[in-house]
Amino acid sequence: MPTTSYADQFAAALAAGEGPAWLPALRERAFARFHALGFPTTRDEDWHFTSVTPIAERTFKAIRPAATTLTLADLEAHLLDPDWHRLVFVNGRLEPALSTFAGLPAEVQVSTLSEALREQPEWVQKHLGTLAAFDTAAFTALNTAFMQDGVVVRVPKGEVVEVALHILHVTDAQAQGAAIHPRLLVVAEPLAQLTLVESHVAVGAPSYLVNAVAEISVANGARVDHYKLQRESAEAYHVGTVQVTQGRDSIYHSFSFAEGAALSRTNVYTKLAGTGSEARLNGLYVLDGAQHADHQTFVEHLAEACASRELYKGILDGESHGVFNGKVYVDPVAQRTDGKQTNKALILSEKARVDTKPQLEIFADDVKCTHGATVGRLEQLPLFYLKSRGIGAENARALLTYAFAAEVLETIEVDALRVTLEKAIFERFTHHRMD
Amino acid sequence: MLTITDLHASAGGKEILKGISLTINAGEVHAIMGPNGSGKSTLAQVIAGHPGYEVTGGSIAYEGQDLLDLEAEERAQAGVFLAFQYPVEIPGVTNAYFLRAAYNELRKARGEDEVDPIEFLDVMEEKLKVVEMDASFMQRSVNAGFSGGEKKRNEILQMAVLDPKLAVLDETDSGLDIDALRIVAEGVNKLKKPTNATIVVTHYQRLLNYIVPDFVHVLAGGRIVRSGGKELALELEAKGYDWLLEPAGV
Ligand SMILES: Nc1ncnc2c1ncn2[C@@H]1O[C@H](COP(=O)(O)OP(=O)(O)O)[C@@H](O)[C@H]1O
Ligand SMILES: [Mg+2]
Repeated sequence: MPTTSYADQFAAALAAGEGPAWLPALRERAFARFHALGFPTTRDEDWHFTSVTPIAERTFKAIRPAATTLTLADLEAHLLDPDWHRLVFVNGRLEPALSTFAGLPAEVQVSTLSEALREQPEWVQKHLGTLAAFDTAAFTALNTAFMQDGVVVRVPKGEVVEVALHILHVTDAQAQGAAIHPRLLVVAEPLAQLTLVESHVAVGAPSYLVNAVAEISVANGARVDHYKLQRESAEAYHVGTVQVTQGRDSIYHSFSFAEGAALSRTNVYTKLAGTGSEARLNGLYVLDGAQHADHQTFVEHLAEACASRELYKGILDGESHGVFNGKVYVDPVAQRTDGKQTNKALILSEKARVDTKPQLEIFADDVKCTHGATVGRLEQLPLFYLKSRGIGAENARALLTYAFAAEVLETIEVDALRVTLEKAIFERFTHHRMD
Repeated sequence: MLTITDLHASAGGKEILKGISLTINAGEVHAIMGPNGSGKSTLAQVIAGHPGYEVTGGSIAYEGQDLLDLEAEERAQAGVFLAFQYPVEIPGVTNAYFLRAAYNELRKARGEDEVDPIEFLDVMEEKLKVVEMDASFMQRSVNAGFSGGEKKRNEILQMAVLDPKLAVLDETDSGLDIDALRIVAEGVNKLKKPTNATIVVTHYQRLLNYIVPDFVHVLAGGRIVRSGGKELALELEAKGYDWLLEPAGV
């Protein structure tokens, strides 16, 4: 796949770039890697069921967006909970007037990438690009080469952030044809706790590429809850990679919700590198029309007595196509590993389809690892049960479709978010308000 | 109220009901007894409109309508209720939502206004008492994680809310301890009216000490092999089913 079309843009970005001397070097390494790898093709094992031709064929432009005219009122539906700490980016640019994070504990550092690069370049250098490897990942390399304003969060030792931090990425007509490469670096130091909500939404229906990378370090005894909502424009392309490293007795919970974009790929990768650490990776995708959504998870059990739990569900209508690929690697040292992966897809139409591929590589012997996948239609018996109580066929189907989603939405521990998504899914399928 | 005439039904290519005739009038309680596998649940499910059974012959008239012509939801809206032998778990839908949705569907079918969640609370408060169920059940998913007894009680709770004309209780006594059995039976008795009728399906006589039937029918091999009064149940309790099966050629 051609990558040369980005070379000129890259040269220009590099020339205009600011920051410490190591940064252009990192970018150059990344761009060289992107150039060498090219966009993935369906011959790559990790992209077997997802063709990125629609992305590779176009040249999305780097943009320097003007300050937005959008107001909080325009974004009301996307704020989820107005009390959360909030960073709002519009077309990749931070909008201070729409953001509010003054209420965060003083010890917690939240800054844009460019601020962090100015104020603590050595600290940033120590972390940035070290968790999110780009040697085999073209999109991560592309993000690293072009990343602009991202977010850097550092939660110091023992600090518990009670209120969620919401990073809201909005795109609108200004982003037509653009490539946006959001970057997020989160470092939760030992025993620190943070709840992060990362939303990607659109106003209107522009066509653009969001290629997001998040690097998250969860140190010993720390906990990060990470909710990602992909509600891009129906014409958009979204590639998102989350790469996590976990220390001893740490907890990382991820919930990935996807209902937007024409084509999307969401990667959630975690390395259980410390004894007794736990990862829970859940997700729900809801597709219709010609949408394509691909989710890949990769859990590396690299230490003893770690637990991983995965539950992904998909609801597919129209001619949509879902892909789920759950990879688990259990290192020879990772005895007493406890891993469970489940993925279920509900097909609502004749033409929708799902490809699902669990991949387990287990090199330790004292291991409990299970996986299960189901793809199917609504079951007859629950339908009959509802109908036998007077509920009409259409309502019964809608209710059971909602119920299918509810099982995984229930695992969302942030009330405002869970309720928002439950209502959204309920209304989407029943066309009734939920009260 | 209900007239079943020479009903034949099959599933998976196998004939299960082989000519059943039965007439039930308002105010009556009929018990249907019989050994396992005799077709009792099949009869109950066919009355309720389960799509997995094919009616290959005969008819069911209900309140002047051809019942077999109606979809399952239309039968429910017309007042037919089946308490399932194996109530279905529906994780993700609360009992409260489910019951109110069903209640409102029936009201709509009668041309009445729907009730909102607040109004429904009052309805529920009264009905929960009938089966001595705690209000906390309302916030749990339908039957999900319920014990066997809780599921059966939940069926009778639904019956109390939906107030059917014809209730078919399929093995509602199985899996119940004696206290739960008494509560469920008393619930059913409280709901009894001169204008409705009940079919109690069971293979033990025990339940019939509490819900006293006007008629008892013995089903074997897909046919009714004997009908009688409530004393037939006692006779079955004492002698078992075999004495009826052999002469009937089952
Ligand atoms: N859906 C079905 N498909 C095939 N056979 C069935 C089905 N339902 C019931 N049967 C068979 O029909 C017979 C009667 O079943 P059932 O009506 O459940 O009996 P009972 O309730 O009297 O125990 C049994 O042999 C059972 O295995
Ligand atoms: Mg039965």
